[in-house]
Amino acid sequence: MREINVSLVTDTVEKLCIDANNHLPEDVKCAIKNCRACEDGEIAQGVLDNIIENFEIADNENVPICQDTGMACVFLEIGQDVHFVGGDLTDAVNEGVRRGYDKGYLRKSVVADPVRRGNTGDNTPAMIYTEIVPGENVKITVGPKGFGSENMSRICMFKPSHGIEGIKNFILETVEIAGPNPCPPMVVGVGIGGTFDKAALLAKKALMRPIDSENPDPYYADLEKEMLEKINELGIGPQGFGGKTTAIGLNIETMPTHIAGMPCAININCHVTRHKSEVL
Amino acid sequence: MAKKITLPLTEKLAKTLKAGDEVLLTGTIYTSRDAGHKRMCETLARGEELPFDPKDATIYYVGPTPAKPGQVIGSAGPTTSGRMDAYAPTMMSVGARGMIGKGARLPEVIDAMKKYSGVYFGAIGGAGALLAKCIKSAELIAYEDLGAEALRKLYVEDMPLVVIIDSEGNNLYEKGREAYLAGRK
Repeated sequence: MREINVSLVTDTVEKLCIDANNHLPEDVKCAIKNCRACEDGEIAQGVLDNIIENFEIADNENVPICQDTGMACVFLEIGQDVHFVGGDLTDAVNEGVRRGYDKGYLRKSVVADPVRRGNTGDNTPAMIYTEIVPGENVKITVGPKGFGSENMSRICMFKPSHGIEGIKNFILETVEIAGPNPCPPMVVGVGIGGTFDKAALLAKKALMRPIDSENPDPYYADLEKEMLEKINELGIGPQGFGGKTTAIGLNIETMPTHIAGMPCAININCHVTRHKSEVL
Repeated sequence: MAKKITLPLTEKLAKTLKAGDEVLLTGTIYTSRDAGHKRMCETLARGEELPFDPKDATIYYVGPTPAKPGQVIGSAGPTTSGRMDAYAPTMMSVGARGMIGKGARLPEVIDAMKKYSGVYFGAIGGAGALLAKCIKSAELIAYEDLGAEALRKLYVEDMPLVVIIDSEGNNLYEKGREAYLAGRK
C-alpha cells in the first residue's frame, strides 16, 4: 500500500495543463513537418509553414498554441495499491485545473449548464476518466480538448452485417462532413466495440496515443494506414483549402462487444493534438 | 504573393477581393463570437445601437486567451464561423461587411454576402500564437461579463488571411479542393 497526498495530484495537474497547452508533442510536430515536405500547392504549403511557425512561437515564448485551450480531459490510471490521503481526489484534480488555467493564462471555456450556459470562470469542472490498474503508481494524462474539432465527432451503432466496409465508409463520411471546420490537418481517433459509451471513450483514448505508434493488432494497424491514406485522397487539405494533407494521424482502439452490435465512434481532433502525462 | 489591404472594408475594396487571394490585412477590427453575436442581434431587434459603428466593419470570430503581463493580447486564432451563421446576415444588413473565421458557411450567409458585398476571410485555425503577433492594440469595448467572449476593438497589422468566400459567392473550400483533385488526375 502506498499513500499519495492529493496535493501532489493538484500540483501535477496544474503543471500538465500549462505544459500541454503550450508545447505540442514531438510526434505531432514531426508529422506536420513531414507533410509540409510532401505538399506541393502554394496555399497548402503556406498554411503548414504558418502552423509550424505557430507551434515554434508557442514553444519559445511559453504561450498557448491555440486560443481554444479546451476542456481539461484528465485521465487517471490509479494503481490498486494506492491510497489517496489529504482530501477528495475529484476536488484535487479540479483545483489543479483551476490553478493551471489561471497561472498559465489559459482561456476559460466551460459553461456551468449545457442549455442555460454561464461560464464557470475557472475552466472547471475537468472531464475526469479514472481507471484502476495493477500496481502502486498513478499516471496522470491531461489532454485539453478544443471544441471546433469535438463538434465534428460522431458515433454510430452498426449492425454486425455492416462489417468493416460500414466502418470504413463511416470514417470517410465523418471526415468529409467535418471538412474545413475542425482546423485540418486533423487527427482522427476511432473507437470500435464495447457499448455506446465505451466506444466514445475508446475514440478519445485513441487521440491520446502518439500518432507515430500503431495498433498492436496487425489487422487494425493495417486499417489505420489504409484509412489515413484514403482520408488524404479526399483533397480537403490544410484548413480545407485543398491539398494532400487532410489528416496527419489516425489511431484505432477496440474492445470486445455484444453479439448484436458493432458500435463505432469517431473523435476528431485538430492539428493541435495536445496531451502530457506524468507518473506519480 | 499576398495583397496588402487596409480597412475599412468599403464596397469598392470588397469587390476587388477574390476567393483564394492571400491578403495581409491592416486596420481596426472587432471581436465577437457566439454569446456576443446573440447580444448584438438582440440589441438590433430592440432598435438600439451596437457598441461600435458597423458601417464597413470587419468582425473577427475569436475568443482570445488572457494576455500575459507585457502582452497586448493572448493567443488569438479564429473559431468555427458556422456558429455565427444565424447572426451573420443581420450583421451584414447593418453594414458589417467583413468576417474573419474558419470553416464552412450556410447558403443563406453566402446569399447575404452577395447582397451586401460581404467578404469572408479565413485565418489559420489553431495558429493563435502566430496571429496574436499581428495584433498591435486591444481594447475591451462591451460585454465584459462574457470573459473571453467580450467585444474587443483590435488594431491589426499585416494579418495573414485568405479570402475564402468573395462578394460574388465564389468559395475557396470548393474551388481549392476541386483544383487539387483535378491536378491529381
